[in-house]
Amino acid sequence: MNAANPEYMSPDCLLRPGNTNCGGCGMSTGLTMLGRALASERYSMVIPACCGIVAAGAFPTTAYNVPVIASTFASSPAVASGVAAVNELNPGKDHRPNHVICWAGDGGTYDIGMATLSAAAERNEDLIYICYDNEIYGNTGGQRSSATPATARTTTTPGGKGETKKEIIQILAAHHIPYAATLSIAHPEDFQAKIQKAIGIKGFRFFLIHAPCPTGWKTEPAESVELVRLAVRSGVFPLYEVFNGVDYRINVEPDGTDPAVYYAKQKRFSGQEINLERVKTSLKRKNRRLRELASLSR
Amino acid sequence: MNMQLVTGNHAAGHSMSLAAEANRNARGSVCGIYPITPQTEIVEFVARYPFSKGKVIPVESEHSAMGVCIGASLNGARSFTASSSNGLAYMTENIVVAAFYRLPIVMAAVNRTLGPPWNIWADQGDSLMFRDFAWIQLYCDTNQDVADTTLLAFRLAEDKRVMLPVMVCMDAFIVSHTSMEIELATQDQVDRFLPDCKVPHRIDPSHPVTVGGMTVPQDTLTHRIELDEAMRQVPAVLEEHRARFKEIFGREVSGALTVYRTEDADRIFIASGTISISLRDIVDEWREKGEKVGMIKVKQFRPFPCEQLVELCRGASRIGVLDRNYSAGTGGIFWQEVKSCMQGQGEQMIQGYLLGVGGGDVVPETIREVVDDLGNRNAVASPIWKGIEQ
Repeated sequence: MNAANPEYMSPDCLLRPGNTNCGGCGMSTGLTMLGRALASERYSMVIPACCGIVAAGAFPTTAYNVPVIASTFASSPAVASGVAAVNELNPGKDHRPNHVICWAGDGGTYDIGMATLSAAAERNEDLIYICYDNEIYGNTGGQRSSATPATARTTTTPGGKGETKKEIIQILAAHHIPYAATLSIAHPEDFQAKIQKAIGIKGFRFFLIHAPCPTGWKTEPAESVELVRLAVRSGVFPLYEVFNGVDYRINVEPDGTDPAVYYAKQKRFSGQEINLERVKTSLKRKNRRLRELASLSR
Repeated sequence: MNMQLVTGNHAAGHSMSLAAEANRNARGSVCGIYPITPQTEIVEFVARYPFSKGKVIPVESEHSAMGVCIGASLNGARSFTASSSNGLAYMTENIVVAAFYRLPIVMAAVNRTLGPPWNIWADQGDSLMFRDFAWIQLYCDTNQDVADTTLLAFRLAEDKRVMLPVMVCMDAFIVSHTSMEIELATQDQVDRFLPDCKVPHRIDPSHPVTVGGMTVPQDTLTHRIELDEAMRQVPAVLEEHRARFKEIFGREVSGALTVYRTEDADRIFIASGTISISLRDIVDEWREKGEKVGMIKVKQFRPFPCEQLVELCRGASRIGVLDRNYSAGTGGIFWQEVKSCMQGQGEQMIQGYLLGVGGGDVVPETIREVVDDLGNRNAVASPIWKGIEQ
């Protein structure tokens, strides 16, 4: 079985053909992989303002083949908590799980939805929260968010961003949620295995997907999967999981690929003002710390 | 009879909890709660209620409290919450969504002055800022009115001809924290009054739809027209359920307007909330002096009962509107509504008075000054501020 198989496009899939997503959109591929991982599951989704809700298309049609609620920008975990509570009160005769999934961008997760997300995680709501992280406000044309990496140029950081990307997985881990993990569309088997692991866990589960946005990153749409593969190999976007906020496990070890290749393929990182040496130093520190946490958990 | 000495907050909490419990044979009840003075006792009451099929989610903000209600209601549960003042302001975005998604959510709004300057006393400016978002608004004057109107609100909101959220409003402290002996509903009565909550557009995995997808302007226009049509159903539907309320509970719950001694009145005063109780006594004083003075209490602010008001005021030459709220740059908000209803109806003098704005006590003497002023006035003036200490 190949989870990334583009032939997987039946009317029964989560994201139907004919949606409005851009070519090379990491979110779009992520949705396809999510749909495949959950093919035999019953679930609903709550999607705040982001490309994910635009992808549904115009009323009364929809690209989604599961119930979807469009929430206000900051509200998806709150709305999903209400949906999940009603599911819990109404288990149905078959007691078959009825999952609730939040599907939000990095703006809705790292920025405007942070308080709502933190509160739902602290209450350990029975939800799966998935952030597809394209590291900008993509839907509005590419402004900085607190997920934008240092040095990246956006329409609101024309000289490159001075600050470092927020460590969202560690913030969520600090809530002692049962499960938090990163996902890459370049690693579909790992993607599928971790989603399937998560649906067997009760409580708040958090995923972060590295989601290229060719229009915002100034990259070739055809290279999206290659880009995120380079990000995993070079340690820019490590694939790992955290159990109960303390037990770290690295799923794919970086192979020593020079991160410069990843940066060179993206025009958002080009320009005289960009200091790649500083970025590489901070990456080394981040990955060393991750390995230490993983070794403590063994 | 189940007479008890309770506060307005207790009355609201009791009715909401019994309404929630009454949905135990359907999809149950779920609400998001968050504290703010002076409504906190309402959510505390709900939080300790032993529901047989209900869940109370203590969230991190009013915005999320309404978010939880939206999710629960869209999944078919009965849902409700309470807030006040800046809490309502913080909740705004989701307040709009609740109505525009046609969700029958009931919210107790304890009217407290919006800050700054920070002040916890009664002023209706908080809930009145939501007058344009398709929430039905009912302003209560006593603890009994709060208890009964809350139950009526669920029946009205969930009526399939209406399917709109309802705000049950009461003056901070004067109602919320003052104890009165009232008759509280029993579970058996509420079970008979409220049918199972059915949200016809609730999500269903066997028929997946996207709630809230993008629309073109034409579809949004249709949506707004449907809101208008639903709002126009409210007066008749409310009367229907008031009649049923009387059958089950053996008492009246007040309707859109309560009329007092207006039959031959040439001066009519219009007020809402607790001011209307004091005003009633003052009307009696003037009647004893042989003056033709009457009053109308407005409970239903949205939809605004224009046609009835015009009809009731037809014989009066002077109308005074008493507002415990202020819309900067104009005047009292009830006054604006009354003026817009009366437009083209004749040469009546419609004078606005601002009483108790910011929560000051509205004492009988202040109302007497207002009644005097309208009688002696030669021409209409800008809204007149009362309660200024010399």
